[in-house]
Amino acid sequence: MKKLLKYLKPFKIMIFLIILMVAIQSIGELYMPNLMSDIINNGISKVEYSIDTKALKNAILTDQITELNKTLESKGITKEAFVANSDEILNRIKQDILSAQDSQDLNNLDNNQYMLFQNMLSSGIVEAKNVSDMEYIKDVGIKMLIVAFIITIVTILASYLSSRIAMRYGKVLRQKIFEKVSTFSQGDINKFGTPSLITRTTNDVTQVQNATVMVLRMMIMVPIMCIGSIFMAISKDKTLSWILAIVVPILFLILGIVMKKATPLFKSLQVKLDKLNQIMREQLSGVKVIRAFDKDEYEKARFERSNKDHIDTAIKVNRIVAVLMPAMTIILNFTTIAVVWFGAKRIDLGAMQIGDMMAFIQYAMHVLFSFVMATVMFVLLPRAFASGDRIQEVLAVDPAIKDKDNAKENDIHNGIVEFKNVNFKYPDSEGEFALENISFKTHPGKVTAIIGSTGSSKTTILNLISRYYDVTSGEVLVDGMNVKDYKLEDLRDKIGYVPQKAFLFSGTIKDNILYGKENATEEEIMHSLDVAQASEFVNNLEEGIMSHVAQGGNNFSGGQKQRLSIARAIVRKPEIYVFDDSFSALDFKTDSNLRAALKKETDNASFIIVAQRVSTIMDADQIIVLNDGKIEGIGKHKELLENCDVYKEIVYSQLSREEAGA
Amino acid sequence: MPGPGRHMGGHSKAPIQKAKDTKGTLKRLLRYFKEHRLTITVIIVFAILSTIFSIVGPKILGKATTELFSGMIEKFKGTGSVNFEYIGKILIIIGGLYLVSALFSYIQQYMMAGVSQSIVYKMRKQVNHKLSKLPLKYYDRNSKGDILSRTTNDIENVSAIIGQAITQVITSVATIIGILVMMLSINLMLTGITVLIIPISVFFISIIAKKSQKYFTKQWEVTGDLNGHVEEMYTGHQIVKAFGNEDKSIEKFNKLNDELYKTSWKAQFISGIIKPIMDFGSNLNYVIICLVGAVKVTSGNMTIGDIQAFVQYSRQFNQPIGQLSNIINNIQSAIASAERVFEFLEEEEEIKENEEAVEVKELKGNVKIDNIDFSYSSEKELIKNMNLDIKPGQKVAIVGPTGAGKTTIVNLLMRFYDVDKGAILVDNINIKSMKRGYLRRLFGMVLQDTWLFNGTIKENISYGKENATDEEIKEAAKAAYADHFIKTLPQGYNTVLDEDATNISQGQKQLLTIARVFLANSPIIILDEATSSVDTRTEKLIQEAMDRLMKGRTSFIIAHRLSTIKNADVILVMNKGTIIETGTHDELIKKGGFYANLYNSQFSESIDDIA
Repeated sequence: MKKLLKYLKPFKIMIFLIILMVAIQSIGELYMPNLMSDIINNGISKVEYSIDTKALKNAILTDQITELNKTLESKGITKEAFVANSDEILNRIKQDILSAQDSQDLNNLDNNQYMLFQNMLSSGIVEAKNVSDMEYIKDVGIKMLIVAFIITIVTILASYLSSRIAMRYGKVLRQKIFEKVSTFSQGDINKFGTPSLITRTTNDVTQVQNATVMVLRMMIMVPIMCIGSIFMAISKDKTLSWILAIVVPILFLILGIVMKKATPLFKSLQVKLDKLNQIMREQLSGVKVIRAFDKDEYEKARFERSNKDHIDTAIKVNRIVAVLMPAMTIILNFTTIAVVWFGAKRIDLGAMQIGDMMAFIQYAMHVLFSFVMATVMFVLLPRAFASGDRIQEVLAVDPAIKDKDNAKENDIHNGIVEFKNVNFKYPDSEGEFALENISFKTHPGKVTAIIGSTGSSKTTILNLISRYYDVTSGEVLVDGMNVKDYKLEDLRDKIGYVPQKAFLFSGTIKDNILYGKENATEEEIMHSLDVAQASEFVNNLEEGIMSHVAQGGNNFSGGQKQRLSIARAIVRKPEIYVFDDSFSALDFKTDSNLRAALKKETDNASFIIVAQRVSTIMDADQIIVLNDGKIEGIGKHKELLENCDVYKEIVYSQLSREEAGA
Repeated sequence: MPGPGRHMGGHSKAPIQKAKDTKGTLKRLLRYFKEHRLTITVIIVFAILSTIFSIVGPKILGKATTELFSGMIEKFKGTGSVNFEYIGKILIIIGGLYLVSALFSYIQQYMMAGVSQSIVYKMRKQVNHKLSKLPLKYYDRNSKGDILSRTTNDIENVSAIIGQAITQVITSVATIIGILVMMLSINLMLTGITVLIIPISVFFISIIAKKSQKYFTKQWEVTGDLNGHVEEMYTGHQIVKAFGNEDKSIEKFNKLNDELYKTSWKAQFISGIIKPIMDFGSNLNYVIICLVGAVKVTSGNMTIGDIQAFVQYSRQFNQPIGQLSNIINNIQSAIASAERVFEFLEEEEEIKENEEAVEVKELKGNVKIDNIDFSYSSEKELIKNMNLDIKPGQKVAIVGPTGAGKTTIVNLLMRFYDVDKGAILVDNINIKSMKRGYLRRLFGMVLQDTWLFNGTIKENISYGKENATDEEIKEAAKAAYADHFIKTLPQGYNTVLDEDATNISQGQKQLLTIARVFLANSPIIILDEATSSVDTRTEKLIQEAMDRLMKGRTSFIIAHRLSTIKNADVILVMNKGTIIETGTHDELIKKGGFYANLYNSQFSESIDDIA
């Protein structure tokens, strides 16, 4: 995963900007509850105190409130001095009281002062009135809106940047993988397996991409918010913070227990669902066999068992997960209740204000949410990491086969293929050679056939000619030059390859033929279809060569696909035709017609044909009989019938003696 | 934090499909709930109660704040103090409410899990049973992919939504109404303001959402194209290389990839701005409520606790609205899926069995085709006035070029399809008067498409005969020349075949299917000879096994091998769907028609002459 991060380098500045944006957003969001509490504290619930000067004077003169007189005395003001200078002193007292009230610092009054203030309130000297400060609310409200607006703008910007970065990152990764796979040899492909490579290019990249969005938007935000909220909550009231210290572990505990119980069940649920779908799939593809054996009831029962099994687990999982939401709400709500109760006590003691309590509640919620988000991330991220590792594995491959730096060109175009003492072992296999000591040579205008049982490595020989694999020792020469010295493109240009499993691309029939030769004329296309015995069925299609080919060519029969893939090779007019058991899906008649048509086509190309059917190859110029990767015999049909036991065995398993011409 | 409008990733989000008949489908879907009426009622009541309890919370909590506030003022005035007993009581009440609310919500979800899953269970079961009731015609005419997607993906889609949608709809609606009521009970004017501002932001968002939907659809399409291209290029890797078209494939990939990037970042971005806008609306609302509320508090029309409660309600207001709009999208797609499932369940079924079905006693194996007509579709007549009398133990070879319709005869014999006119008789009994299952047990069938299921080899062989003993299974395997290779497998007869049975070769699969028929010991045999992908030695074994299987049994073979054809008692030559010639090998050669041409072609023009 780490190595993939290097592809994020070009986005350094943008990522820095996102961090900045998210930081601003977080600070803004942390500031909001503060502003909200200000509105309530200083705006709505503002208490205005007014002082009745006459009553105050009266109180002092009559010694009505002992604390008041004591305070005055402690400041060196005797009753006599007061009488002498009452106006000035009254003003000073008034200011003292009002300034204390302005800053809402009643909390800071010492015990005496507090008692004094209370006495004055109760004796009606000071009157308290709840007067909302509209100006203040407006001011703070505007401030709030500005902050909210800034939050909105930076959030949108962060969203913009993170979307661009994450998607761009995904794009880069996909491109890197795809280009990498394009350079893969067959061996490299097999190491992963095609389905796995497809998943790595598509799903795994999407996983990483989505995780990137999440990281950019939340991973940065969560810690800032979490720490900030804790900090702010403590600043509002240190003492109440113990509530968080209790709630957070409980939250973790519940999340942990539920996940610990649910995760394995989720996994097994997936397995059971796969099983269920698999049975459904099997029953669909086997519908004929199931009916032939009259096994409907049996199959129903098989499905029923799986269905029941699946549903039992599904119910169990859902019931466990059902705990989650109510439990979380309970925790959040009880936190609020606890804050209100203990906060009220604090407020009563004069240690806290109502607005601060509300702010505290909001910060507490932020803290709890942060922890929930963090948990979600820790569930999702490992999956993305696993995907990242899978991607990295692909990117790390050094393709086994690539052009040499000093690749040469070859002016000879005879299509002669020569194997010289070739030994071959598959890249990952231990010990066993797939091909041993193979030597033969093809000639222009002649047919070389290869026959042998499965596992005798017939296809492997073909793979070495096109250099899908490199020989382990010995050499493969094409037109006198080692295939390793060719540019891969030049080498494969010489070859018209028809694979064992006909593979067509989605598009039109024409597209598929053009795949063999990009600039082929209409005439060339029609001709190649003719030769491949495909023109009849193609012409019968409503749209002819413009007919649609579904992915994998699945809207055509095996024989039709095979003929089209033969036409694709013919249109290239290659020097070397390579047929890998390519006539297998054709009936005898089409097979022989095709071969007859091919013969008229080419005088100089050499043919290499792998086949199972003896009748297809019995008239070849040279037949190579393979057994366990070794050549058992080379020669013409008649010769081999006389001196090659393996060949004899194969022939007589398919043909009667008279047919074999023995 | 978790709120509406958050589309994490959104890659897999398919565009919303709309059902053709939403109302009808919904009605039919609701029918599944009928048997759970009682439970559903309880669930609904609990969901509503749970919502109500949790909604009243803030209002009551507001009372505590009010008491705290006025208590503090009283305290300063010296006329009283904070009434903690009262606050405590309130908090205990709220705590109780929250607890009950959570409990109800849990019970409700607990019950819902049971209901929704058993509905899905039932739906799956119905679909599965439907599989066996459909005529083979249905399978031939519809792509396997489509059927599979209806029977798996669509059901999963429905199941995912049934579970959450109902409770979410109920709670969202109840919450919206509840909050409205609560806000109204506090203050009419403030409610008016909130109701005005929130919908404005919801309106903005719905515009954005519509725009983003466009990008999501596009993104979904391009993703499909891109994945398709990747799949195609990777599976065709060797062909791409063989024809040197790597650059072309990369070029196309880059084009798609770039397009994907452009649409997906936009989709991602647009869905990312929904929440901030929603939040801004909510903040704007907050400030205005504070301003207006302050005036009311000053004039003594409202308490501070009410303001606080109101603020809390108004901040909760957009969450259920967003949730509701999300669910509606999901429900739409679930209904579209449900409709596809129901369409499948509505497909025409095979004609009911004849209850008083006839059974053959001691079957001899005589098969008579009596003047039958048959066609797959009314436009193209395939078989007209066909007659054939096959004596017990005879061998019938069906030959013809690729796509000549050789399987049609098999389809008719097995009653996968019924003849239009005439009759097929087994031992002089019309097969239409037999039970399908019984008839099919009379035939042992080996198809080229070697169907094996995910299970052990033993289970796969004994598919032909329930309760077969290990001895019998082994005997059958021996007869089919499969015993030898089975024994070489590490787990032997208990080897589990993986889904595509890739752990054994194609030829070995054939041998297993033959063993299966041996064990079933059916008096009449239908064989499809393999044409390809089987190595020569295994092919020899298969051929010998098939020969042994046919011995003494009436048999029909879709033949590719000349030796088989030549030994047949009757050869049916088919072309373009119809039987054009019938006779023995010698007769047909003498006739010099299509068959003679077909037979001679493989020797007349040999590969020797090509070069």
